[in-house]
Amino acid sequence: MRSTANDMLLPVAAIVAALLLFGVFVWFADVSPLDVWVTLFKGAFGDWFSWQNTLQRAAPLMLTALCVALPARAGLIIIGGEGALVLGGLACAVLPSVLPLPANLLGTVLVCAAGAAAGAVWVMLAGWLRQSRGINETISSLLLAYIAIGLFKHVVEGPLRDPASLGKPSTQALAEGLRIGSMGSSDVHWGLLLGLLACIALGLWLRWTATGFAMRVVGGNLRTAQLVGLPATRLILGACAIGGAGAGLAGAVEVAAVHNSANASLIAGYGYAGILVSFIARHHPIAIIPVAVLFGGFGAAGSLLQRRLGLPDASVMVLQGIAFVLILASEALRDTEWRRLLKRLRGPAEVSPAQLAMGDKIA
Amino acid sequence: MSTDQWVALVAAIVGGALRVGTPYLFVSLGECLTEKSGRINLGLEGVLVLSAMAAFGGAYLTGSPWLGVLAGALAGTLLATLHGLLCSLPRVNDVATGIALMLLGTGLALYLGKPLIQPQAPQIVALPLGSWSDSPVIQSALRVNALMPLGVALAVALWWAFARTRWGLLVRLAGDSADATRALGYSVSGIRIAATAAGGFLAGLGGASLTLFYPGSWNEGISSGQGLIAVALVIFARWSPLRCVGAALLFGGAGAIGPSLQSVGIGWGYHLFNTVPYVLTLVILVLTCKPGSVAAGSPGELSSTH
Repeated sequence: MRSTANDMLLPVAAIVAALLLFGVFVWFADVSPLDVWVTLFKGAFGDWFSWQNTLQRAAPLMLTALCVALPARAGLIIIGGEGALVLGGLACAVLPSVLPLPANLLGTVLVCAAGAAAGAVWVMLAGWLRQSRGINETISSLLLAYIAIGLFKHVVEGPLRDPASLGKPSTQALAEGLRIGSMGSSDVHWGLLLGLLACIALGLWLRWTATGFAMRVVGGNLRTAQLVGLPATRLILGACAIGGAGAGLAGAVEVAAVHNSANASLIAGYGYAGILVSFIARHHPIAIIPVAVLFGGFGAAGSLLQRRLGLPDASVMVLQGIAFVLILASEALRDTEWRRLLKRLRGPAEVSPAQLAMGDKIA
Repeated sequence: MSTDQWVALVAAIVGGALRVGTPYLFVSLGECLTEKSGRINLGLEGVLVLSAMAAFGGAYLTGSPWLGVLAGALAGTLLATLHGLLCSLPRVNDVATGIALMLLGTGLALYLGKPLIQPQAPQIVALPLGSWSDSPVIQSALRVNALMPLGVALAVALWWAFARTRWGLLVRLAGDSADATRALGYSVSGIRIAATAAGGFLAGLGGASLTLFYPGSWNEGISSGQGLIAVALVIFARWSPLRCVGAALLFGGAGAIGPSLQSVGIGWGYHLFNTVPYVLTLVILVLTCKPGSVAAGSPGELSSTH
């Protein structure tokens, strides 16, 4: 039970500390930290309008975070989710011009599936390079992301460019019937539900199924997994495929619900922000949900920070960077025995000399 | 294409290799030094962007490009020191920390560098290596960053230091066996922090040559993965500072293909040609890494090659 408390408290403490440090940081730019905190909160969760903006950003973050979380549970650090995302968006935008699709729900499902498949293949490539050639997957996945972005720009500005898109090169817009609409009267699109369902389903799968358990064994101790005869390579590639499908789906949803065609707006850094979200959630799919909402909120508040307080648009990135550093540093505190530490801080008067001696020996 | 165009293209690629290769050289030397001590620093990508901004800002504010170079190197040292310190904490993984510093370094650079996007800063002088030729194309292609010879000298110095000096041996010792280092009474963390910080200094010089020579201005897309390519480049160079020079030129040439083709009027596939360095890196990794075995020449304690 205590380890669960630690799992929740340490990230929360790290985020609070990051906000405090960020306040000190903007203070150097003569901006009141209090104003920054209030603006961050208002821009993220202040009213229904901000909530809609926050949730719209949280949807792709949940899916791209899965692209880090699933491989991480199988022992791989994949950071190329951005590549899977742009290729997923591209596949979604291009499929209707290759294949005549019915302009209804089935068509929407198919374009999303195409996006997920493209992302899955791309991330699996990094997993396969590692398993077959021993190439560090962190480096290869990021290189693959840069290659994917190059391919994306080439295709969007070249062969598949819609001649009507003058200022901003784009592919042909998706037909009305293929797009993903909003939930009810809100601006939030159904992609949020997809993200929620994916996180919950994968969380339950990891926790309660045999294959999910096997994957965690592979990630926890590869030798043990091999000794008990688990198909490690297949499980690792599976984790990459599911994760990549998540990021690819994120790209498809962004195209089908927000941009309507594949263009440069798709390269917005959701893939990279997903890395941070997954690390803060300790690669736990269900914990990704609140963390994605929080960081979607910070992203939404970014433009408000810029307009209200005149801070550069990169301020949110600084906040993210500080949070990332602190979340990793907090790992060092994981095994601290807080109760004993508190007891010692309160002074030796309450503790008997014998206990004190014992404590010293243990420490 | 006519002969003149071919000459122009080749000259542009060779010149580009020298220009684009210089930052690669410094970052790969920095990464080489860091990895020799047994740690990997993926955060050099962040170091590169932050030092590029600091160098540009320093040169702009002081009016001296060399003070700018110093500012860049110091900014690089600071961020890399943070990496070294963080990785010395228990249970903190060096790969994850590198990713965090990539984000933090880029964020800080964009935040602090916002006012620097418009102005011009004094640039590092160019060495006219092409003055023997009458062709203006060759002359302009061979105008080389004055930091380039410094980089080559540093590579030789590092190679010599690793082989001959007490400090070099200590770094290699910490990289090959932490236990042996401890047994001899040295602090493994201390050596690694020092090597990481020095690596950041070297990478900072690379950042300075980005904003103070080529492309010569500060903008948000100043580095797109050069810091990470350097990590692969070090594997390719089998952790030898001397081989880093050749590898950096090769990657510089690969990176110069797209802009060179554009400069002779071939615009097709500009984005595709820009992915050549990444593809080349992957191909080289495929060729040099062997499944189930440790890469040749890799430091024994390095987590990335196990």
